[in-house]
Amino acid sequence: MIVAEQKPLEEIKGLLAEAKRVLVVGCGTCVTVCFAGGEKEAGILATSLRMASKIDGQPKDVTHTTVQRQCEWEYIDSLGDQIREADIVLSVGCGVGVQALVERFPEAWVVPGLNTAFMGMPTEQGVWEERCAACGSCILGLTGGICPIARCAKQLLNGPCGGSQNGVCEISKDLPCAWQLIYDRLKSQNRLHLITQIQPPKDWSTSRDGGPRRITREDLRLAAEVSE
Amino acid sequence: MGENAPARIQIVAYCCHYCAYAAADLAGVLRLRYPPDMRIVEIPCTGRLDVLEVLHAFEHGADGVMVAGCLEGDCHFQAGNLNARRRVARVKNLLTAIGLEPERIEMFNLSSAMGRQFADIAVQMSQQTAGLGPSPLKSANGRTSPTGPAGERIGD
Repeated sequence: MIVAEQKPLEEIKGLLAEAKRVLVVGCGTCVTVCFAGGEKEAGILATSLRMASKIDGQPKDVTHTTVQRQCEWEYIDSLGDQIREADIVLSVGCGVGVQALVERFPEAWVVPGLNTAFMGMPTEQGVWEERCAACGSCILGLTGGICPIARCAKQLLNGPCGGSQNGVCEISKDLPCAWQLIYDRLKSQNRLHLITQIQPPKDWSTSRDGGPRRITREDLRLAAEVSE
Repeated sequence: MGENAPARIQIVAYCCHYCAYAAADLAGVLRLRYPPDMRIVEIPCTGRLDVLEVLHAFEHGADGVMVAGCLEGDCHFQAGNLNARRRVARVKNLLTAIGLEPERIEMFNLSSAMGRQFADIAVQMSQQTAGLGPSPLKSANGRTSPTGPAGERIGD
């Protein structure tokens, strides 16, 4: 899932500035399950903003709504009337959600209420950890299902490095060495020969280095058929 | 209440069914006196405590919120009161960000036999809240916010 966390209320108040009518838009997918921007959190944020603005002496009319997915047109189309009535839209979806709203409603002023952090999973209740860096060229099949791109501080393809001490990364005592994890996993599966294969330099053009990415599936497109 | 009379302090007390609410009941049976500022809301367990609900209490004019659950280690649902304590801590942070004093909400732990202690913490909470003064969210006439849970306007 995409993991995000809410911006401090003070920063959000700054983003809203003088706007009187505020629409907080939550998202019912990833940010709901990481407790950052679902229906409940959107409600808490809207209530907090109403109270804070009243205390500040400039009461705002803050309402909130939540869509199932903020990153698909079908789900946000229904927001048109509410968005047109608002001076500003505070999205508590991920960065994709914010941009989807802007693209669909170009006249609306949309600001983010969250900082989108990473793609990860909850490792225990209340704790989320990064698991995938979306590098566009997956090597999990060689590393025992543990990603050195997302979980090694140096993104090493041939680890571990000298900073691995007692299974812990040198940058933090709370961060296990990804390559230690990989070694342990491969050893337990009798696949240690995989770690002896030297990996060549990675082609980062499939990652952010190649610029914004796009995937096209011609078999799924409808537009091409219509235009013919 | 007269038009110009000062609004009384209002405290919403979320009390768990198995301990704190029973303690409040016992305080009544014992005919103990405590300030009439409390509005007790019975909840099945303080683990049911909802942050948004507590914020609504403040938004709609509560000057203070008291959360009372079972003694730690004695929760009828194992750890509901421990979860509530963490939620109260979160509300304190939210109140600070909003501009209210975090002391307007407190968590207490009681057994069902602690009627006298219930009266004592009611006095304590009442005095603590009175010391902070009325909530700035309460209008001059003591009325509540005109917005409902989704921010919609509600009746006058």
